[in-house]
Amino acid sequence: MPLRLERQENISALRHAMAPVVALLVTLVVGAVMFIALGHDPIRAFTLYFIEPLGDAYMLQELVVKASPLVLIGVGLAFCYRANRWNIGAEGQYVAGAVLGSWLALATNGTGAGPWVLPAMLVLGAIGGALWGLIPAFLRVRFGSSEILTSLMLVYVAQLGLDYLVRGPWRDPQGFNFPQSVTFDDVALMPLLTGEGRLHGGIVIALIVVVVATFVLGRTLVGFSIELAGSAPRAAAFAGFDERRVTYGVFAVSGGLAGLAGIIEVAGPIGQLQPSISPGYGFTAIIAAMLGRLHPVGILVASLVLALTYIGGEAAQITMRMPFDVTRVFQGTLLIAILAADILVRYRIRRVEGASHA
Amino acid sequence: MLDAAIIGAVLASVVAAATTLLLASLGELVAERAGTLNLGVEGMMIVGAAVGYVTAYGSGSLLLGTLAAMLAGVTLSLVFAGLAIGLATNQVASGLATTILGLGLAGLIGSGFVGTQLEAAPVLHIPGLTELPIVGRALFGQDAFVYASIFLLVAVAYVLARTRIGLVLRAVGENHAAAHALGHPVRRIRTLAVMFGGACAGLAGAHLSLAYTPFWASDMTAGRGWIALALVVFSAWRPLWLLAGAYLFGAVSILQLHVQGFGLGIPSQLLSALPYLATIIALVVISALKHGQGAPASLGVPFVPDR
Repeated sequence: MPLRLERQENISALRHAMAPVVALLVTLVVGAVMFIALGHDPIRAFTLYFIEPLGDAYMLQELVVKASPLVLIGVGLAFCYRANRWNIGAEGQYVAGAVLGSWLALATNGTGAGPWVLPAMLVLGAIGGALWGLIPAFLRVRFGSSEILTSLMLVYVAQLGLDYLVRGPWRDPQGFNFPQSVTFDDVALMPLLTGEGRLHGGIVIALIVVVVATFVLGRTLVGFSIELAGSAPRAAAFAGFDERRVTYGVFAVSGGLAGLAGIIEVAGPIGQLQPSISPGYGFTAIIAAMLGRLHPVGILVASLVLALTYIGGEAAQITMRMPFDVTRVFQGTLLIAILAADILVRYRIRRVEGASHA
Repeated sequence: MLDAAIIGAVLASVVAAATTLLLASLGELVAERAGTLNLGVEGMMIVGAAVGYVTAYGSGSLLLGTLAAMLAGVTLSLVFAGLAIGLATNQVASGLATTILGLGLAGLIGSGFVGTQLEAAPVLHIPGLTELPIVGRALFGQDAFVYASIFLLVAVAYVLARTRIGLVLRAVGENHAAAHALGHPVRRIRTLAVMFGGACAGLAGAHLSLAYTPFWASDMTAGRGWIALALVVFSAWRPLWLLAGAYLFGAVSILQLHVQGFGLGIPSQLLSALPYLATIIALVVISALKHGQGAPASLGVPFVPDR
């Protein structure tokens, strides 16, 4: 293969920013091919998928509602990935947070408890997610186990735990045997931002998290130590940064934010515990983190794009009877395209003359 | 009471469950010995299961289905190889992307086949041996996938340990710079190893949808690809230990099903979680004992010549 990647010096900021745009365009081309292969008119499908949701007030709200868990989880993952710690179990931390937070909602249900319930639930949700995230961190620090595999295995464990609770001890006795908890009291529900509609307080929390994370990652010693631990671990060690503390820290933050997203979702759009409380937010947020180039503001934008694939997917499912897996294909293609585009803006592929191998 | 026939049946199902894991992890072991960590196993496996099922359903040929499944696994592995080896992207992220894409593609491919069923791959009957008490069915009454997995295991173990190809492959995985300096085509060897992994994952998927549970359901792999990845760590990258690990995990996943059947009052979800918990425990024990020894030294490090 007489091809070689050559590093480009002095890449303009514009060229850097182009990578996600190019990745999006490539994804759209692949999407068009997929629609044609499925026997759909690509223009109609694209309109349904990506244009119509943007022209409808309800759909726009829904877009923001679906983006906010992605923002929360994705920003948390940025802490991990910047430090080169591979937490891929955010989905499990999301569930763990939802479970611990919901415990309080169920314990206080019908007792006429005051407005302190929701804030306490949010704190518990963050704690639950952080604790679940600290398990792989501990196993990595203490035993050297790969956090990639342990964090992922814990997703299945958390989901089965939730399943047990809503089918067993936490099932609504008046729920006609449906596997779901009672509907939360008003004091345990996320307040709506407007009198009607879908926008809830969790969106404000997500925006605050973006601002705080931008500051922490970009302007503080903590952010610097995370960056250094990821890009130059030896230098970080010589500089006196404790590698173990970084591991615990980034897993606690990303687990905590995923748990917060989980409890917000349960106390917000869902309103009760069910066996399934996420359409894969924890995995989609990985793409949001990558597409947003591990920068909180970028992740915010990327989450809106990815939320659009969720909304469009639902619309296409209903109107065109298209399987929801189209959305997963879009998301996977997008991640592949962004990984490739990231390299291609920084390197140039050169033919190497006379090289027999590479 | 448990009699010989029941024990025999249980053992046979352990072998069947272990075979999926063994096939997938064997391919990943080769890819990793060459220095590439491919987290796309789950995606390649489910695409193999879907393509294999749809092909076998349409053509009526299990062999055609199996070959199509392997081809599908290889195709998806080339997507990964293009990123992680061709463009030297981060291997973890590239593997995840492969899995996400694979899960979506498999869902699309299989969407018209939910609720259909196939006749399971036939058991290869060996007169005299299959009738042996207790172990007869487990050892000599299995489908072709089981025998293929054992054959592949022996072949991989032999090639890695005893042949020049194996030596070069391990050299590339241990120290790609040195292998490159010696004139070995590092990226080509890694790509071939990843393709072998894709074929094995596709074969594992075919075993799942054509023999083990001969129907199509989205997400039917249920994390087996990830468990296969963990098994490679568990085996410390040695094929024979992979055999032990796969059968141990096959046993855990079958026994929990049987315990659920007895209804001992243990929540079924706890039992269903056992394979995943066992994976975590196995990873912890193995890393506590060895502290990462046995892993190919260049595993997960992208290779870019002269960079």
